[in-house]
Amino acid sequence: MAQIEQQAAPAAKPDERIRQVGFLTHMMRRPELGAVAGLVLVVVFFFFTADPSMFSLSGLMTILAPASQLGILAIAASLLMIGGEFDLSIGSMVAFTGLIFGALLTNFGQSLWLSIVFTLLLAAVMGAVNGQIVIRTRLPSFIVTLAFLFILRGLTLVGLKWATGGSTQLRGIEDVVGDGLLKQVFSGVAFQPLFNWLAEHDLIEKFDNGVPKVTGVPVSVLWFVGITGVATWMLLRTRVGNWIFAAGGDPVAARNSGVPVDRVKTGLFALTACAAALVAIITVLDAGSTDARRGFQKEFEAIIAAVIGGSLLTGGYGSAIGAFFGAIIFGLVSIGLTYTQFDSDWFQVFLGSMLLLAVLFNNFIRRKVTGER
Amino acid sequence: MADGKTVTSPPVIEVNNIVKHYGSVIALSGVSMKVSQGEVLCLLGDNGAGKSTLIKTLSGVVRPTSGDFLVEGKSVTFSSPRDALDAGIATVYQDLAMIPLMSITRNFFMGREPLKGIPPFRHIDFKHCNAVTHEEMRKIGIDIRDPNQAVGTLSGGERQCVAIARAVYFGAKILILDEPTSALGVAQTSMVLKYIHQVQQKGLGVIFITHNVRHAYAVGSRFTVLNRGKTLGTCAKGEIGIDELQNMMAGGKELQTLSDELGGTI
Repeated sequence: MAQIEQQAAPAAKPDERIRQVGFLTHMMRRPELGAVAGLVLVVVFFFFTADPSMFSLSGLMTILAPASQLGILAIAASLLMIGGEFDLSIGSMVAFTGLIFGALLTNFGQSLWLSIVFTLLLAAVMGAVNGQIVIRTRLPSFIVTLAFLFILRGLTLVGLKWATGGSTQLRGIEDVVGDGLLKQVFSGVAFQPLFNWLAEHDLIEKFDNGVPKVTGVPVSVLWFVGITGVATWMLLRTRVGNWIFAAGGDPVAARNSGVPVDRVKTGLFALTACAAALVAIITVLDAGSTDARRGFQKEFEAIIAAVIGGSLLTGGYGSAIGAFFGAIIFGLVSIGLTYTQFDSDWFQVFLGSMLLLAVLFNNFIRRKVTGER
Repeated sequence: MADGKTVTSPPVIEVNNIVKHYGSVIALSGVSMKVSQGEVLCLLGDNGAGKSTLIKTLSGVVRPTSGDFLVEGKSVTFSSPRDALDAGIATVYQDLAMIPLMSITRNFFMGREPLKGIPPFRHIDFKHCNAVTHEEMRKIGIDIRDPNQAVGTLSGGERQCVAIARAVYFGAKILILDEPTSALGVAQTSMVLKYIHQVQQKGLGVIFITHNVRHAYAVGSRFTVLNRGKTLGTCAKGEIGIDELQNMMAGGKELQTLSDELGGTI
C-alpha cells in the first residue's frame, strides 16, 4: 500500500486518480477510428492479394461509383442511427422513388427539374410519415420501417406494372430527358476537360486513339463527398447536430433540456428518405431505366456501412466520416474480390465478419468513452 | 406549526391547494407550499406521497387539475417544460439530467447552444462554450482536464453538480432538485449538499426533494412534508428536530416502533 501511494504521489496534480490522456486514447475517442483501421486493413489485404490493376485509376473509379451510391444512403442512415432510430425501408424507398421519378418523366411527360423536385418532396413527406408513426405509436422504428420495406417494394411492383403495362422495368427515360446541364448534375462524369488534359500529357492511361481510359469522376462520387462534408459539419458544429446526438443519447434528458426531440427525429426520417430519392434519381438517370429490384437490400448495406463507420446501434454516437469510410470499405470488398484469386462468393462471409468485428469494437470503444467498467 | 414566519422576502413560487388527478387516481389532493429567494425548501415524503407529481407540475411536465400556481405573485399555467425554464424554474432530475455519451460542453449547453455566423453557416460557438464550461466547473471545484470528455467519465456526484451549475448559469431563479443524493455515496453526497448550500448563498431558491431526513436537515431552511397527496405541514429549521421530522414523514408510529426494535438505527 505504502509503495503504491509513494509512486502515485509525484503525479498528483488535480486528482491523482485521473490519468493523463495520451494521444492514443484521444484518437480512440473518435468514432471513425474503427473504420479507418478497417480501411487500412482491407487495403493492405488487397494490396497483397489482388491484381495491381485494382489500384489503378480506372480500378478505383470502378470501386468508388457503387461505393458512393451506397455511401449517400449510409451517411443518412448513420445520422438517423445517431438520432436513435433505424430505417429499414431505404432500399425499397430507392425503388419506389425511382418508379415515381421514371413515371413522372415518361408517363406524365414532366420536365426533368419538376420530376426531381417532386420526387424529393414526396420522399420527404413519406419519410416524415414514417417518423411520425414511430414517434406517435412509440413502436420501435425497426418494426415500423420493416413494414414499409414490404409496402414500398410491393407498391413499386404494382406501380411498375401499371406504368409499363405489365413489365417490371420502365425504359426510355434517356430519350425523354435529353442532355442538359441539370442532367449533368445528377449523372455521368465530372472534370472531363481535366482528365482529357491529363491524358494528353500522358499523366493518366489512355486508349490508342487518345481518349483517356477514365473520362472523369462519376458525379455520384462528388455528391458523396459533398454530403459527407455537410453532414460532418452539421453533426459536429451546429445546433441541429447537438440535438441529433442528444435525441439519440437520451431522449428524455434531451426533452427535459428543451431539445425538440420529435422534430429532430421526424426531420432525420425525411432526410433519410430524401437520400434514397437522390440515389434513385442518380441511378435511374445513369441507367436510363428503373426496375423493381433497384435498391434491393440497400437498407442492410447502408446500416452495415454506418456500423462499420462507428455508429452505435443504440444511438447517440457515431460519425458521418465513419460512414464515408464504411461505404468505401464496402465497395473495396465487393468489387475487390473480383481482382483476386478468391471466389467472389466469399464477399458475404467477409462482410458478415467485418460487421461482427465492427460491433464488438464499437462496444469496446463506447465503454472507453463513457468510462464504464 | 408555523408557516415559515422567518422568511420575509416574497415567495418566488407559491402553490395553493394544487390538485392533480390521473384518471381515477388522485395524485395530489390539495398541496400548498412556497419558496422564496435564498432558501432551501425540503420536500419530504415517502413513496407515493406525491413528490414526483408535484415536481412535474412545478416544472411544466403536467398541468394541475385545479389550484393556484403563482410565480413571483403572478398566476401562471405552463404547457411545456420550456415554459417553466423560461420562467426561471429549472429542474434537475436524478438520473435524467445528462447524456453520458456526449461531452461535458455539449451537455452543458444542450438546448441553449450559443450560435455565431450568418444563417446558412450558423454554428455553435464551441470556443466560447468550452471556456464557459471549464470556468463553471472550476468554480464548483471540479477540475476537468478537457471539457470535451464524455459526461460518462464523471462520477454521479459530479454529474449532479454539472447539472446544477448548468441551471444556475442559465439564470434559474428556482432550482428543483429531484433526489439528487439518493444514488450517491457519502463523499459525493456531501459534495452535492455543499454545492446546494453555495447556490442558496447566491440567492437562488431551492426545492430539494428527498426522503433522507439527514440530507434534508443538513441544508434545508424549511421543511414541507407530504403524505398521501396532501401537505402534512411546513416548519422552519429551528422549530423541529430531526427525529420529529422523520416521524412526521413516515406517518408516525410504525417507524418509531421499528426504530426502537432495531436499536435506533433508522
